[in-house]
Amino acid sequence: MTLNFNQLWRYQDDFLHGIQMTLTLTLIATVAGMLIGLLGALLSNNRLPAVRLLIRSYVEVIRNTPALIQIFLIFFVLPYAGLRLPPFEAAAVALSIYMGAYSVEIFRSGLASIPRSQIEAGQCLGLTRFQVFRHVILLPALRNIYPSLTSQIILILLGSSLASQVSAEELFHTAAFVESRTYRSFEVYAVVCAIYFVMVLSLRLIFAGAERIAFRWPTRR
Amino acid sequence: MSFVDIKNVRKSFANVEVLKGVTINVEKGEIVTIIGRSGSGKSTLLRCINGLESIDDGEIRINGEVVHDKATDLRRLREKVGIVFQQFNLFPHMTVEQNITLAPTLTKRVAKGEAARKLAHEVLSRVGLEQKIDAYPEQLSGGQQQRVAIARCLAMGPELMLFDEVTSALDPELVGEVLKVMEDLARQGMTMILVTHEMNFARNVASKIVFMHAGKVHEQGAPAALFANPATPELRNFISSTH
Ligand SMILES: Nc1ncnc2c1ncn2[C@@H]1O[C@H](COP(=O)(O)OP(=O)(O)OP(=O)(O)O)[C@@H](O)[C@H]1O
Ligand SMILES: [Mg+2]
Repeated sequence: MTLNFNQLWRYQDDFLHGIQMTLTLTLIATVAGMLIGLLGALLSNNRLPAVRLLIRSYVEVIRNTPALIQIFLIFFVLPYAGLRLPPFEAAAVALSIYMGAYSVEIFRSGLASIPRSQIEAGQCLGLTRFQVFRHVILLPALRNIYPSLTSQIILILLGSSLASQVSAEELFHTAAFVESRTYRSFEVYAVVCAIYFVMVLSLRLIFAGAERIAFRWPTRR
Repeated sequence: MSFVDIKNVRKSFANVEVLKGVTINVEKGEIVTIIGRSGSGKSTLLRCINGLESIDDGEIRINGEVVHDKATDLRRLREKVGIVFQQFNLFPHMTVEQNITLAPTLTKRVAKGEAARKLAHEVLSRVGLEQKIDAYPEQLSGGQQQRVAIARCLAMGPELMLFDEVTSALDPELVGEVLKVMEDLARQGMTMILVTHEMNFARNVASKIVFMHAGKVHEQGAPAALFANPATPELRNFISSTH
């Protein structure tokens, strides 16, 4: 077997497009998922049992079923309910819901990691509930969940390749497309694998840098 | 009516009654020290005074205002009532200056920037820590952290300060610096209610001592008289156990 990467150069633009869409998908799922997660975490000790049950069910259903099936459900089944989404949009929605469920758990553990005494100290200084959340809880909680949250974002980036299964345009979809044109399976998947690797590595570096900037305060030894 | 008027306060957790009808009066400028065995309800009482805990019966008034009335603006009330805890409870992600100026700037007592820093500087000078204005809590000793916590309270301009065993978590050699700050406050006329195991401090600084036992005020009076002639065996035992 001889390796031949030359043919792949012609598809440079397709790869770039794939990378761009994968990153877009990851960004959408991350932002939307984190918003869902934050909201869900704040509501998960709500007074109303119905609200708590709703959030619990959401988290358990999503975390205990394959992401691929969730994408299929959104893409193939929602149309029967009258909501037809294009592949990319369907994948974005599904991944956001998926990221949301994990984020609820992550944010919940973050909120729980802040001692009651910190919240009381804020209350005793005459802060509102929102001010306590915003100024006392948020940053230390984010710091505590930063490792799990960033790992989850990376899992979403890697998992976004599942979107190719409903023909959403993203990097893995590009790979399949180029392979079908060139029949150079090994070369194509080696290149795509390397691209994922570099993307994840860069993301990790960015996360590490952001951590240094956002969380400067010294912690207990 | 007294400045702080605690009348017949009852408080239960689940089925356990912790405060069984507590009545205490505190006049403006008074230093009232609450002593008593562990579990006698001292912390619970302090937490009721600033509305951190609800009460089941009775009434607490501060400057005439009923603390547990639904119509009372607890946040506004708390700006007038500072509380310092055993564990300092400074915000770890903020510098000393930010810890001190957070509440005053959020509640619009002082503008951000220069004015806020000036306020921080001023209250820090009252606890002798101006040079630590840019430090983080983790970079300070326990005694220094507790003094910052006191300064943070002072920045709100409180009319009443509550102290819950503020020296109990400190290494012995750091207790003195915190007690000195409290003594200074007392001398400046601050109204204070404090729970402490520092009997010498209670003896020398308090205007009144309240001995709590089993959820009630068992005995109270001026320090000299109370320590010299405890009327009940419980207080006698307590005093001898603290030596
Ligand atoms: N949030 C709570 N839930 C249930 N029980 C509580 C709660 N807070 C306090 N208690 C109980 O109330 C009783 C009085 O507690 P409190 O902390 O007021 O005592 P204390 O006099 O401050 O004791 P110490 O000297 O140890 O600080 C204790 O038996 C305690 O277990
Ligand atoms: Mg206590």
